[in-house]
Amino acid sequence: MSAKTVLGQTAEIAGPKKAFIIPKPEVAAAMIKRAKRPLLVVGAEAPKMETKDGDLIDTAIKVSRGGISVVATGHMVGEFRRRGSEVHSMPLMNLGDRLRDPEWMGLDGKGRYDLAVFVGFSYYLEWLVQNGLKSFAQDLTMISLSRSYQPNAGWSLGSMKAEEWKEVIDVIVESIREGN
Amino acid sequence: MSKKDLKLKIDELTSTLGVFRGLEIEVGRIHDGTWEEPMGPTPFPSVGTLRSWDRKLLERYKPFYMPFCDLCCLCTFGKCDLTGNKRGACGITMAGQQSRIVLIACCIGASTHTAHARHMLDHLLQEYGRDAPLEVALNTGVEAPNIRLVCGIRPKTLRDLEDALDYVETQLVQLVAATHTGQEGDNIDFESKAFHAGMLDHVAMEVADISQITTLSLPKGEAEAPMTELGYGSIDATKPVIMCIGHNVLPSVDIIDYLMENNLFGEVEIGGLCCTAHDMSRYDKRSKVIGPISWQLRFIRAGIPDLIVVDEQCLRTDVMIEARKLGVPVIATSEKSCLGLADRTHDDPDTIVGDMTTGAVDGVLILDPRKVGEVSVKTVIGVAKKREGKKRFNIEEISELANSCRACMECVHACPNNLPIVDAMQSAKEGDYTQLAALNDLCVGCARCESACPVELPIISMISKANEDANIHEVFPMRVGRGAIQDTEIREVGQPIVFGEIPGVVAIVGCANYPAGGDDVARMAEEFLKRRFIVLTSGCSAMNIAMTKDEDGLNLYEKYPGHFDAGGLVNVGSCVANSHITGAAIKIANIFAKRSLRGNYEEIADYIYNRVGAVGLAWGAMSQKAASIAAGCWRLGIPVVVGPHGAKYRRMLLGRSDKEEDWTVFNARDGEEVYVGPAPEHLFYAAETVEEALVMIAKLSMRPNDTNKGRAVKLSHYIDLHKTHYGSMPDDLHLYVRRPQDIPFTMKDEIVKILEEAGWVEDKISIPDPTLLDRMVRRRG
Repeated sequence: MSAKTVLGQTAEIAGPKKAFIIPKPEVAAAMIKRAKRPLLVVGAEAPKMETKDGDLIDTAIKVSRGGISVVATGHMVGEFRRRGSEVHSMPLMNLGDRLRDPEWMGLDGKGRYDLAVFVGFSYYLEWLVQNGLKSFAQDLTMISLSRSYQPNAGWSLGSMKAEEWKEVIDVIVESIREGN
Repeated sequence: MSKKDLKLKIDELTSTLGVFRGLEIEVGRIHDGTWEEPMGPTPFPSVGTLRSWDRKLLERYKPFYMPFCDLCCLCTFGKCDLTGNKRGACGITMAGQQSRIVLIACCIGASTHTAHARHMLDHLLQEYGRDAPLEVALNTGVEAPNIRLVCGIRPKTLRDLEDALDYVETQLVQLVAATHTGQEGDNIDFESKAFHAGMLDHVAMEVADISQITTLSLPKGEAEAPMTELGYGSIDATKPVIMCIGHNVLPSVDIIDYLMENNLFGEVEIGGLCCTAHDMSRYDKRSKVIGPISWQLRFIRAGIPDLIVVDEQCLRTDVMIEARKLGVPVIATSEKSCLGLADRTHDDPDTIVGDMTTGAVDGVLILDPRKVGEVSVKTVIGVAKKREGKKRFNIEEISELANSCRACMECVHACPNNLPIVDAMQSAKEGDYTQLAALNDLCVGCARCESACPVELPIISMISKANEDANIHEVFPMRVGRGAIQDTEIREVGQPIVFGEIPGVVAIVGCANYPAGGDDVARMAEEFLKRRFIVLTSGCSAMNIAMTKDEDGLNLYEKYPGHFDAGGLVNVGSCVANSHITGAAIKIANIFAKRSLRGNYEEIADYIYNRVGAVGLAWGAMSQKAASIAAGCWRLGIPVVVGPHGAKYRRMLLGRSDKEEDWTVFNARDGEEVYVGPAPEHLFYAAETVEEALVMIAKLSMRPNDTNKGRAVKLSHYIDLHKTHYGSMPDDLHLYVRRPQDIPFTMKDEIVKILEEAGWVEDKISIPDPTLLDRMVRRRG
C-alpha cells in the first residue's frame, strides 16, 4: 500500500507533528475496532468519491449498519436519508468545536469519542479542522481515510490513485464488518 | 469635536474689560452645539474601552482555532513550534498565536481601507475644499452612522471627516503594536483587539465612501440606481480599451473626465475590474464592469486591453509581467503599488505618452490623477493602433499545447479547489475542449496551476480560450452601487425587521474565492430574495450575482427591485460601501428605536445583536479586508457566514446551543436574567456547502426580540430550507419555539409532536426586552 506523503495541496505543509502513515488497511480497521467510542465523520465530497459500494455514502451506510456511529457534515444527511439510512448530522465546524470539549457526551449522549475517522472532505478543510483538533483535542485519535495524505491526523492513508484507494477502503470496511 | 481641539466654557468671568456670562471659547474645530443627542459613554473608544462588551460576546462565541501553520516565525527566537501545549520562546501559546494572526489580518484589512480613505479624503479636500458639505443620501439626516456611533461626532463637511480618520489611524498603530513580540498574550484580548480593528475599518470605509459620494456625485441612495453592463461582451474591443484595476476610483474618474471633456467617450472603451469598476460605474454608468477579481488574469490574457491602469488593492502583483508579454503598457497610480516603475508624476504628459506608445518604457508611475487621465487616454489611442490584430488569446492550438501535458498532477495539487485540470488536458489532447471550457466558471483565476506546471503550460489561457466564444459574448446588466440606505427606507422597514416579520437581512459581500464558481452566490441570493429577505450586496459578490440568467434570460437585478425592503436586491457598491450595510443596522436602532448613536457603541451593538436579524455572507472571502469587515460586524453582533475557504481565516466564533447557561440575557424591564435560546447561534462560521449555508443563514436570522409572528415567519424558512436540503425537520426546534404562537401554523401538528418528544416546555425560553448590558435594565424586580 502506498506510503507516499504527497500532499493533496502542494502548499499545505504540516508542522513538526505529522500523521503516521497507515501501513496497511487492516491496521486502520484494527484501530477502529479497538476504539471504545469511534465516530466516522463523512464530508460533503462523499457523493463524488467512487467506492466499490457505489460511492462513499453507500460505503458509510455499510459501516453504519455495522454498528459504528456515523455523522454526516454539510447537508449530507439528506443524501443518507434519500438512500434510506439515518445517521447523525452536524456541521463540521460545530463538530470540531465539540470534539475538543472534554465534557461533550457525543451525538448520542453516551460519552466522549476516543477516535474520529474522517473521509469525504475537500483537502484543505479536513487539513484545517484536524489541525485544530491536533492542538486542542490532544486525547482524541484521528484517522484520515482521504485519498491524499493528511498530515494533521494522527494516522493517515498514504497518497494513492483512485483504484488503489477503492481497494483499500473496501478492505478496511470488510475488516471492520468481519469483527462484528 | 476632535479630541485635540479645545473647548472652554465659563459661566461667569470678571475681568478688567467687564463681566462676561456664558462665555465659550473654542480653539480648532467649531463644536456642534446644535446636536441635541447627548454624548454617549464611549466617544473615540481606545483599544480597551469596549473590551467588556467584546468579552460578553466572546464568552458566548468561543474561538475555535484551526491553525493554518503550527509555527510562529515572527521573531529571531523562532521558528517556534506551538503545537499542542507548547509555548514559543516569548511564552505565546497556539491560541494566542492564532488570535494574534487574526488581529494582524484585521489590522492589514482596516489599514488598507484607512489608507484608501486617507488618499481619497486628502485629494478631495484639495479639489473641493474643506468646507464642502456632505450630501450622502436622499431623504437622510443620519449621514454617517458609523462615525456618529464610534466617534461621537456628526460630520457636516469634508474636513469633519479628518477627525474620524485621524482617530482611526491612531488606534490602528496601537493595535499593530499589540502584535509585537512580548506584548499581548491572552487570546481573548487579541480577539477583542481584532474586533476593535473591525470597528475602525467601518469608520474608515464610511469616510472613503461618503467623501466620494458627496463630491463625485455618485448615486445618493436611489433605490433604482442606473443599470450598467458587466462582462467581456460589454467591451467593444474594436476601440482602444483602458482597463482599470483595483479599488480606488480617483485615477479612473480623471480618465472618464478627460474622455468627456474631449468628446472621446464614444471612441475609447473604459472598463474596470474589482471594486474600482463599481465606483467607475457609480460615477458614470457608461464605464463598463468587466468582472470580479478572478477575471483579472483572464481578461489581460485575452489581449483586449490596450492600456492597464492600476490603483490599489487586490491587484495581481505580476501584472507587469503579464502586460509585457502582450505589449500593453501599465500606469501605476498609487504609492502603495509602484510596481517598480519610474515616477513620472512631474514629467510632461506628452513626453510620457510618447515613451509609452513607442514602447520605450513598459509602464510609468503617475501619482497625479489628472495627469493619469490625460496620459491614459492619449496613450491608449496611440497603443491601440499598434495592437490591431492582437486582441485575442495569443496561444498556440490548445491540443498542441495539451500534448505536452505529462499528467503529473502538480497543477491539480496547486489548485485551491483541486480542479480536474489533468483530466481536461487529456481530453484536450484528443481535440475535446469541453472539459477545459467547463473549468472556466469554476476557476478562481489564481494561476497557481501555471506556476506549478513543469512544462509551463499557460493553463489559464487554455481554459479561457476553450471558453472564448461564450466569454466574449457575455453581457449582464448590473444595477450600479447605490451607496447608503435612506433614512426614510429605514423608517419603513425598521419595525418589520425588529419584530421579525421581514425574515432577515442578508448581506452577500466579499471576494471571488469560491469553492465551486460564482453561480453559487447568485443561487443563494435568489433563494433569500424569493423568501422576501432583504438582500444587500457589494464588491465581487455583487458582480457574480449579475452573472446568472434564468430561462427567460433575466438576471437577479432585472427581476428584483433595488429598494431596501422585503425582496429587494440592494447593491451598495464597492468594498468601502460595506459601511452602509452596518450603517443600515445602526440606523435601525437610531431611527426606528430612537436610540442615541452619539458615542454610544455598546448600547447600539446590544440592540442590533438582540433585535436586528442581519447576517453577513462572504462565500468567497479571500482578503484581509474581508477579515476586518467581518470583525466590524462581529462587534456589532452581526453573524458572518463564510464559504469553506473562509476556514483559512483560522478561527471560528462558535456558540454552543447545547449549553443553556450560555444563552441568558437581562430582561431590561425588570433585570431578571432569563434564557432566550441560542439566537443567533454563531458569530463566525464556515459552511462546507451552499445548502448548509442556506439553512444556517435562515437560523442565524432569529433574534431574542422576535415577536411570535416574526419567530413563526423565521422558523418557517428555517424549517423549509432544512427539509429541502437535509430531508427532515431540524432537530433543534425546541431551542427556538418559545410559545405555541411561535409555531408556523401550517406545520403545527408536526412541530408539536417533535416538541413533545424533545421535552419542550412552554415559556422556558423567554421573550424579554433583551440586553446583555446590566446598565440597560430600567427597573429591578
